[in-house]
Amino acid sequence: MTRGERRNLAVGLTFISPWLIGFFAFTLYPVLASLYYAFCDYDVLTRPVWIGTLNFQDMVTDDVFWKSLYNTLYYTAFAVPLGLVLSLMVAVLLNQSARGRSVFRTLFFMPSIVPLVAVAMIWLWMFNGSFGLLNQALALVGIRGPNWLNDEAWVKPSLVLAGLWQTGGTIVIFLASLQDVPRSLYESADLDGAPAWRKLWHITIPLISPVIYFNLIIGIINALQMFVIPFVMFKTTGGPNRSGFFYAVYLYQNAFQYNQMGYACALAWVLFLLILLTTAAATLLTRRHIYYAGG
Amino acid sequence: MLLCTALAAALLLAPGCGRPADRTPDGRVIVTYWEKWPGFEAEAMQAVVDDFNASQDRIFVTMTNISQIEQKLLLATAGGNPPDVSGLWSHLVNVYAEKGALIPLDRWVEEAGITREDYIPVIWDLCRHRGFIWALPTTPATLALHWNKDMFREAGLDPDKPPRSLAEFEAMNERLTKVRLRRGGETVVVRYDELTDEEKQAKQFEILQLGHSPNEPGWYREMWGYWFGGELWDGESVITTACEENIDAYTWYESYPKRFGVRNLLNFGDSFGNFASPQNAFLAGKVAMVLQGVWMYNFIDKFAPHMDWGAAPFPSADPARLKDVTIIECDLLVIPYGAKHPEEAWEFIRFVNTQAALEKLNHGQRKFTPLRKVSEGFLENHPNPYIRTFMDLAYSENALYVPRCTVWNEYKDEMIAAGDKIFTLAATPTQALEHVETRMQWKLDRVLRRWELVKDERLSEWAER
Repeated sequence: MTRGERRNLAVGLTFISPWLIGFFAFTLYPVLASLYYAFCDYDVLTRPVWIGTLNFQDMVTDDVFWKSLYNTLYYTAFAVPLGLVLSLMVAVLLNQSARGRSVFRTLFFMPSIVPLVAVAMIWLWMFNGSFGLLNQALALVGIRGPNWLNDEAWVKPSLVLAGLWQTGGTIVIFLASLQDVPRSLYESADLDGAPAWRKLWHITIPLISPVIYFNLIIGIINALQMFVIPFVMFKTTGGPNRSGFFYAVYLYQNAFQYNQMGYACALAWVLFLLILLTTAAATLLTRRHIYYAGG
Repeated sequence: MLLCTALAAALLLAPGCGRPADRTPDGRVIVTYWEKWPGFEAEAMQAVVDDFNASQDRIFVTMTNISQIEQKLLLATAGGNPPDVSGLWSHLVNVYAEKGALIPLDRWVEEAGITREDYIPVIWDLCRHRGFIWALPTTPATLALHWNKDMFREAGLDPDKPPRSLAEFEAMNERLTKVRLRRGGETVVVRYDELTDEEKQAKQFEILQLGHSPNEPGWYREMWGYWFGGELWDGESVITTACEENIDAYTWYESYPKRFGVRNLLNFGDSFGNFASPQNAFLAGKVAMVLQGVWMYNFIDKFAPHMDWGAAPFPSADPARLKDVTIIECDLLVIPYGAKHPEEAWEFIRFVNTQAALEKLNHGQRKFTPLRKVSEGFLENHPNPYIRTFMDLAYSENALYVPRCTVWNEYKDEMIAAGDKIFTLAATPTQALEHVETRMQWKLDRVLRRWELVKDERLSEWAER
């Protein structure tokens, strides 16, 4: 390395040093520290004591851990695919040339800029068993709606429903990708007399498959980390029989309410591995079906 | 180069920035104090702080309001930058002390000649843990039955005679409960005790008002066992959730959904607004009797000033054996470990614990003084007409407190989850409580094992502080 190159490197490093310091101090160090604490009994105030894999062993017998994991996976299994299908459908509709298109686009995007706490409060009232708009609407058609958030059987479906309201971000990404699909392909399909659903299935979906894949992965990651809405709705009790008790809430509870930072770190690493495995599985399963124009 | 120099200069100066100077311009030591209450309670405390500052030429206390103090104090202490004095709830003293987050006050307390005799005995006990004194009290609170006299009158009950036993209480509850149902093709509104056995069995009614709900506001529902003679642990190492008395208590709790119907109760609960609002079930006249603390007067005064109400000990299952059962809690002042000015902090705590300051503070916060010695004017001029009832309850031998085991936070959440299961009839009291007992014993054992490892080190460390 010449003197000039060294100098350039030094200047370069100096300029990116705010980011480097930020990365090392606020990302890398906490991540590595949490890995160490996951094997310790650590309550934040007193020094951590190494306990080997005890935290992980405890998880195996901790029924609340299993319950929160089940709830989170249940939510992910329903919210992610439903969210993808719904937002793709809406995006396709919003992509049609119709009057007032931009108004509809705005309307569908609007819910996703509402703060999550406000979303939780709104749905808390929407789902209210006696005064909720949802049950009032059902009553108009003669259905006696359930007590959504107080009935164990309905808590998770309610949360999935509330989650679907906020798919604006996904819709926008789909819309952008839909506009990238070459018109010429549709035109030739039209010449061949292909109906709309065939064009969707054979042209649109394959061409936007990388975007579907992207939304799938982001959706899985977000769903597995679901926190704000169940936390605001049910505090830390998790609703009836903990049916709305999510993994991230349990993690938070252990870290900041029970002062069991070691156990919380272990939970965080299990969640990390879970996300890693799920996204890897999703990648493997969808690999054959994704079309990259350049690849 | 200029940029690098600026950055380097900023880094060098950084330790001096962001930290408040610890002296006033006139050279007084600044003591930082974290107060947990906002609103009028904070104003009352500020008045005492002002008095202290006026009496001093050496120390100056600055008070800051901190929400969720229990979490922030812990993190600030762990980070080595706690306030000099902090408010804390009595049920957390043992947890904080055991984790080494507080400085024991024994040396100062002894020097100042402060003893247990100065205080209501149970309040002194709330400040102690493992033989050390960790805090001094500020504002205590006890719980009592609050009843709506207008609703009593309307139901044909004597408004000045609160129930003396749980059996009497339940009879009144059924009298005070109003339901709407279809009877003979017509919609009628009747009191629960006027329903036929078939109607009670069918539960096809809508609740319009309740005599009592063990879930309103539900803040202490994990401790209903106290009114049945139950305990939640043995004080050492054994969790006793599923003891006979607690099962009795939760069988009583279960009798609500069994009598009034799970769905009817949930629907009725949907109509309640926020606690601190005129839509509060008790303040809105929807529930006639509630278990509430000495602070309830403030909410009545603010949101339902015309309500005719009374307060008396909440009746127990066995009034002959269990008289004047209550839960007592107390706000305390502590010195966190790592405080920069512990001596000055103690001066402030000492000042707050004088009779004049405590009476001023508790008059302002509308509670009662934790001291045995009470000036004549304090009770006479107190705005809460039932302040004596609350104060007498603090002297009761059945003035009980939150179990002082270090896993209480978890225990409480488990009890709430169990309560939900019982209330929705998803589990019997025995099943739900046995589940909590097993789980909490497992957790407590874990904590005790850890305590055994560090016990000797901790005890000698505290003795030296």
